Amino acid sequence: MSIFQFWRRKPTASVARDRLQILLAHERSSFGSSDLVARLQEEIIAVIRRHMEIDPDKVQIKLDRGNHVSTLEIDIEVPLAERARLA
Amino acid sequence: MSKVVVVTSGKGGVGKTTSTAAIGAALAQSGEKVVVVDFDVGLRNLDLVMGAERRVVFDLINVIQGDAKLHQALIRDKRIETLSILPASQTRDKDALTSDGVAKVIAELREKFDWILCDSPAGIERGPAMAMHHADIAIVVTNPEVSSVRDSDRIIGLLDSKTERAQRGERVEKHLLITRYDPVRAARGDMLKVEDVLDILSIPLLGIIPESQEVLKASNVGVPVTLNNPETAPARAYQDAVRRLRGEKLEMSIPQERRSLVERLFGRRVA
Repeated sequence: MSIFQFWRRKPTASVARDRLQILLAHERSSFGSSDLVARLQEEIIAVIRRHMEIDPDKVQIKLDRGNHVSTLEIDIEVPLAERARLA
Repeated sequence: MSKVVVVTSGKGGVGKTTSTAAIGAALAQSGEKVVVVDFDVGLRNLDLVMGAERRVVFDLINVIQGDAKLHQALIRDKRIETLSILPASQTRDKDALTSDGVAKVIAELREKFDWILCDSPAGIERGPAMAMHHADIAIVVTNPEVSSVRDSDRIIGLLDSKTERAQRGERVEKHLLITRYDPVRAARGDMLKVEDVLDILSIPLLGIIPESQEVLKASNVGVPVTLNNPETAPARAYQDAVRRLRGEKLEMSIPQERRSLVERLFGRRVA
């Protein structure tokens, strides 16, 4: 490591502290429990299924726990027949 | 033909998770399709060491219990395309790891990946037993310290009797990975030497990872040490271990830190 990097780089311990603070804040809250996400998935799929036929295997759920906000991204593949019917 | 590797030790805190992350990343960098699986149900940490803790949605237990499909629980590493993580559950207890469930998940992983690295929890109970059960290869992580060597010996016994391979009358290929080794203290006679540990455990040596500050720095930022700073001594030691794991014949050495010009001028390490 060069002497220049030494000044530029953020100390790793403060990165560690920030990461832990975010993670533990989430784990201590209800949103951190994986059960909640599983329940959310089930209910969201049930709602959509009232209107169209979807394959539960073609559902991708992504979560990004942030410092101030978290994003929950739900990607549902809609079959061709359904798209035609909706159009 | 895909390979199931268990990273195990018996004793806690010797570097199983660090080693799983470092070896998994180095294997994936060489183009192999790799998944690292956390078996430490209730106390998961592989996600944290790999820097994926913010993205965990589903876990191994969700897949076993049918609440999620495998592809939904796998987290693709953001740095290496061929590397995935299957996290453990943080909320359930280890009884949720059923033999049938684990067998099904491993079978499905074998179809998708070249290497399945199972990060075992410490101990000899259900969690470690499940992590090692389907292993073709075992990496026994050992510190040059009496209690670690003793526990490794116990684990080697279990690998030879309790695994699926052992029960079929076949052998699990076992490798010793010595971590936190300090050649200076060993030379002074204040630490068990590599030869001492090899003598006692008598399984082939996969690598010697020198004690290094780089390991903590890498886990602080959530990057496997082999990716965080590939030039450092522990990173090079893990890279050598991975080449041996892939079948290369490589002379055994203990990588040393390379010192830059500035460091050499000042006669000490700068950072």
